[in-house]
Amino acid sequence: MALAESTDWSPVWISLKTSVVATLITLVGGLAAAAWRERYRGRATALIDGACLLPLVLPPTVVGFFLLLLFGRNGPVGELLLRLGTTVIFSWPATVIAAAVVSFPLMYLTARAALEQVDSRFLEAARTLGASEWRVFHRIALPLAWPGILAGAILSFARALGEFGATLMLAGNIPGRTATIPIAIYFAVEADDMRSAVAWCSVDVFISIVLLSGLYYWTHARGPARWTRR
Amino acid sequence: MSLEVHIEKKLAEFTLDVSFVAANEPLGILGASGAGKTMLLRCIAGLEHPHRGQIILHHTTLLDTETGVRLPARRRRVGMLFQHYALFPHQSVSDNVGFSLGRLAPAERERRVRQMLGQVHAAELGSRYPHHLSGGEQQRVALARALASEPEALLLDEPLSALDTQLRSRMEAQLQETLLAYPGPALLVTHNIEEVYRLSARLLVLSRGRVAAWGPREEVFRKPPSVEVARLTGCKNIAQARAVSENSVEAIDWGCRLRIASAISESVRHVGIRAHHIDFTDRPDSQSGRDNVFPCWLVSSSETPFRITLFLRLHKPPDESRTYDLQAEVFKEKWERFRDRPLPWHVKLSPESLFVISE
Repeated sequence: MALAESTDWSPVWISLKTSVVATLITLVGGLAAAAWRERYRGRATALIDGACLLPLVLPPTVVGFFLLLLFGRNGPVGELLLRLGTTVIFSWPATVIAAAVVSFPLMYLTARAALEQVDSRFLEAARTLGASEWRVFHRIALPLAWPGILAGAILSFARALGEFGATLMLAGNIPGRTATIPIAIYFAVEADDMRSAVAWCSVDVFISIVLLSGLYYWTHARGPARWTRR
Repeated sequence: MSLEVHIEKKLAEFTLDVSFVAANEPLGILGASGAGKTMLLRCIAGLEHPHRGQIILHHTTLLDTETGVRLPARRRRVGMLFQHYALFPHQSVSDNVGFSLGRLAPAERERRVRQMLGQVHAAELGSRYPHHLSGGEQQRVALARALASEPEALLLDEPLSALDTQLRSRMEAQLQETLLAYPGPALLVTHNIEEVYRLSARLLVLSRGRVAAWGPREEVFRKPPSVEVARLTGCKNIAQARAVSENSVEAIDWGCRLRIASAISESVRHVGIRAHHIDFTDRPDSQSGRDNVFPCWLVSSSETPFRITLFLRLHKPPDESRTYDLQAEVFKEKWERFRDRPLPWHVKLSPESLFVISE
């Protein structure tokens, strides 16, 4: 096929690599934040929730702008990295940072909902049986909330895969290094390279269908049917 | 060696304010729903925190608000059987029972799990999952799980209420067996009067967060200290009363004077008799039957398979309002013998069966 031979497939691999790593980061980070928030009884609840959900409501370019301020040469994190002899902006890690920050709220929200739905009696029973809080979490709460958490991870992955604005601000468009599928499509259309755009769009549609089927499988076929409660 | 509880916890409707000591035997906790029974168990287990108080289990202080001691639930060694058992749905029966045995080597743990399941006659259930179990099986597995952690005290929250009637009596016999074998204090919460009487020799009656009665079950049932305890222990007939001599009272609500077997004090305010203690007599005028015998008319009745409850009015026939003074419960065989006799019948409120309540 002429299309396959002449198309640059690097955006597909960059996108997949970026989304997988970003999803792993949000999975751990979002879960930790959600678990911590479940226990938090202080006064700053609204502030914490607001901060965690901010990337969801802000335009991605605004998120990207703030990330640029943070990681840029004069930003607090950027300066620190520079002293260590490295920089992240306009490099592959920048695509991961942008994707992770933007998909974090989805993971946080679904993980919190999933953990909240776990019947507290199971957690209490575990405590009376001598389990530490960590054991209660990873042996009881986590497995019971797992279908919901996995659904959140799939949503986060999809969001990371589609990330455009913040990625462009922080990582730019360096073919073969930071050009993810959405960015490559944008610049292909701008350069009138419709063939490449169609190829990348098809890949995106295919991945999205796989993700949505996976999500459906987890939330409908598997999730509730697994441990039917009487 | 015992469980000592003195706690105070403000709740929405009232304050839970309870003080008692439980020896190494079952203690039944009786009370209307919302009286604070479950809350009391949760406070002892460490799932709720009283505002003030002290809980001491076998010389270990679980809670002391004076000195700031507050052991977390996991370190209290108090086993709890939850009302709906709370078996972990994603773990097999064996994993549920072995949950508290994480520190043991796998082989030893497996041996203990088998032993615990055998003790509750559920040895064959090990590889199943909770949603495959019947209610009775779930209850046994939950009991085995609680006992596996070798708790110093056992708290049972309505252990039989989630089961249907047929299963209930079978599970009750098994529970009794388990309770007899259990060496520590066991608190059994229920609102079933007969169940609690069969399962525990001592009773604690809770009413709006306070101890309304506490003692051997026979005493609580024979001489309830308050109208509320009388009602909670199933007494249907209670009338306002005042003392007229040292062995008789005037029952104001029933419009009669009653002789009482035991000596009474001035402070008597109520007199009561249990429905099944009310007797009927054929010869109201004979010398021996003279005491506490009154004419009565039938207002209505309600049948169960073997017994009948008769709602009776004393002294005069029932009127439009259908009000009644007494509820009597008799076996059907006896009822068959006098049901066709002309009214009025004659009830006998035997002086030995009557009890008085002072304020």
